[in-house]
Amino acid sequence: MFEISDLNKRNQKKQKLFQILFMLMTLLLIAPVLIILGTLIYKGGSIISVDFLFTHPTDGMTAGGIFPALFGTVWLVAVALLVSVPIGVAAAIYLSEYAPDNWFTRIINLAIINLAGVPSIVHALFGVGAFVIFFKFGTSILAASLTLAIMTLPVVIVASRESLQAVPKAFREACWNMGATRWQTIRRVVLPNAVSGILTGVILEVSRTTGETAPIMFTGAAFFLPFLPQGVFDQTMALSLHLFVVSTQVPGVPEALPYGVALVLIAMVLIMNSISIAFRMYLRGKKKW
Amino acid sequence: MQQNSNMAGNAFDRRTLDWYIDKGMQLVVFIGGISAIIFIIGIFVFITLEGMDFVFGRFDPVEFFTTEYWFPSDEDDPEFGILALIAGTASVTGLAMLVAIPFALGAAIYIGEFATGKKREYLKVLVELLAAIPSVVWGFIGLSIMNPLIIEVFDVPVGLNVLNAGVILGLMAAPIMASIAEDALKAVPESYREAAEALGATRWQVIFKVVLPAAKNGLLGAVLLGVGRGFGETMAVLMATGHSVNIPGSIFDSVRALTATIAAELGETAVGSDHYGALFTIGIFLFLITFVINLSADLIVRGVRKG
Amino acid sequence: MVVAAKTTEAVTQNTAQSLKLDVRNLSIHYSGIPALENVTLDVRENEIFGIIGPANAGKTSFLKALNRMDMFTSNMKVQGDIRFNGYDIYKSRNIYALRSRIGVVFPLPVGLPLTIYENVALAPRLSGIRNKAELDVIVERCLERAALWDEVKDRLDSLGSLLSGGQQQRLTIARALSQEPEVLMLDEFSIAVDPVTTMRIEDVLKELKSEMTIVLVTNLVQQARRLADRTAFFLEGRCVEIGDTEELFTGRTKEQSTQDYIEGKFG
Repeated sequence: MFEISDLNKRNQKKQKLFQILFMLMTLLLIAPVLIILGTLIYKGGSIISVDFLFTHPTDGMTAGGIFPALFGTVWLVAVALLVSVPIGVAAAIYLSEYAPDNWFTRIINLAIINLAGVPSIVHALFGVGAFVIFFKFGTSILAASLTLAIMTLPVVIVASRESLQAVPKAFREACWNMGATRWQTIRRVVLPNAVSGILTGVILEVSRTTGETAPIMFTGAAFFLPFLPQGVFDQTMALSLHLFVVSTQVPGVPEALPYGVALVLIAMVLIMNSISIAFRMYLRGKKKW
Repeated sequence: MQQNSNMAGNAFDRRTLDWYIDKGMQLVVFIGGISAIIFIIGIFVFITLEGMDFVFGRFDPVEFFTTEYWFPSDEDDPEFGILALIAGTASVTGLAMLVAIPFALGAAIYIGEFATGKKREYLKVLVELLAAIPSVVWGFIGLSIMNPLIIEVFDVPVGLNVLNAGVILGLMAAPIMASIAEDALKAVPESYREAAEALGATRWQVIFKVVLPAAKNGLLGAVLLGVGRGFGETMAVLMATGHSVNIPGSIFDSVRALTATIAAELGETAVGSDHYGALFTIGIFLFLITFVINLSADLIVRGVRKG
Repeated sequence: MVVAAKTTEAVTQNTAQSLKLDVRNLSIHYSGIPALENVTLDVRENEIFGIIGPANAGKTSFLKALNRMDMFTSNMKVQGDIRFNGYDIYKSRNIYALRSRIGVVFPLPVGLPLTIYENVALAPRLSGIRNKAELDVIVERCLERAALWDEVKDRLDSLGSLLSGGQQQRLTIARALSQEPEVLMLDEFSIAVDPVTTMRIEDVLKELKSEMTIVLVTNLVQQARRLADRTAFFLEGRCVEIGDTEELFTGRTKEQSTQDYIEGKFG
């Protein structure tokens, strides 16, 4: 028989205490956000309607809908993806399939980490200096999307690299042994088995790109435009910037309006993130080897 | 037979279309691979290019870094001191870390070491979703929810201040730090825990005596990345600090951050003016600081992996 | 000058006629640690060449070197001279062409995460065959030969990587056959396959002899006896003896260790 000593009892008590403490901290981390979400829905929910989503703002942005901002965000995200997905996937393929384990690869990895860590406003300055001024794109969807693309590139690279590396090396060797070139192996065996993982990364990037504000402020997004953009060299409104504008720059906005905009924005971001997470879990459950 | 031999030799020398495609694609993905390096260098080059006129002209490092007077658009006597802006950024980031570090570590320990199965999965998903909330939404929350709350609770005239931005920024940074910290805890080999448990240690003893010391570097890396985030955060800080140039005396003072200054003023400056150049110079400063922070975070984390 | 050089080459090839593989002084090191030392042997066209020996004898490394698999393993260094049809494979610029002519089957079966059909159709596709009817014929023939057709013919669309170990092993054999290789190298192919199926595959190998050269590495001494025309005995990184299979197994070995191994005294 084991005698439970006082020391043991004390230890066990301590353990329970710590467990509860840490659980409380976790809950406290999460609780404010749930409260905030609740408040957004409570105060902004009433304004959301089909009309709100699909009409233009009126009366100096104090009334009406958010359609041009939504439309512009779709434009910005789409163009950004067109640029960052090919580059990001190529980079991931290089890092996962070709890169030797040496100092140069380490520098690439450092650059990726830093690209993700550079403040968004510095990305904005870069966008102004490079795309707006140097390449003479002006303040346009193109300049803003390129800035966003470079800023969110690490998201695609990291997610794609992870899903490429999850494909076991034995498959590659089996393919090489049959006389397949590296590229044939990547195209026929590695990529098809990584593509869904890459997709979750892309969805995540869409969500990131949707919420970014600072990088587009001076590169292509406008406070207010009476018309929709016709092409990539036009300026556009954007949902994230619209939230900033209606909550800080416009006097006399009814209280519900910015809450409504915030609710739409946060809903878009969270829904896309949830899709990405759900997709990832679904893939994890579905064994292919 | 002999012809067969020669053909074999030729085939192994002849570069077929597939061979060229292979080499071509290798080049393409290599360019993709080095794109991150190109972009990082590009960022530095282009912001330096725009800030150069100021750096080599009006710029005076002593004035710039040690005075607190930021009147860049004054027509007669513009002043370019960013000390107050640095103080603003530092105070907000500092408070944010005070808020975020305990919660992030606590959450990481709970999720990584105590929670199991479904509960763990759900918590991880929640933390990931928290990290996804855009900064402009956080800024709006500071403006519209925190602001009246602070005014009411602390009975102060203005709710947009260090406290507001610090708490907002802390809530923003905590989920990211928590997930990096959890990775660091996960990197501690299971055998360490088992060995300690075999000696009769309880779960919390294992965590404090074995896991945390072993994950020390990874945790430090998580904190550093959080600091980097805090320094670089723009929209939330712009909207929640009150945006007044000020060296804060208390957490109820309004301040202005480096990032927010650029965001607020770049639109009003003429390209090529001193003011414009000064804003880019702040950008260079921010770039270098975050570069150093990210680099050291990486070195610290890598160091543990090698050892 | 060029003409002269070509003539000399033709001459060397002439002397090497019916030699499919010609290995001279082959040594293999992993991070400086030797796995195979100074092996010299040749494999004749349309024979089954058996390689027997205990674990760590260097058998697998030998096969890897023949297929230029040193390129996958950064610490693997190969020295010596390996000629395929008289051509030095370590001077090959297009090793993909080389590998497509050599089929390999390793003991750890790898069913690619493609459908069963695509597993077998992959190599023909890579060599440019697009016609579906043609591919169908190849797939059926190769799966038939690997003794897998009857088990999978109704579910060719399911994933090859989800088959059982033994089935994956036969799928790997079918895949190697789909390359229509000049040389087929098998490394302990029967390790995950039941005895009845093993016998079926062995029968197929005997038939295939007329179409290709087979190098058979096996830990089953009796399998070498059943199949191989000539057999080499590897021990601790050296090729101890090469001889006519019949001679080796009827007690006419030159080395005592070969005799002991065949009789099961060690290994």
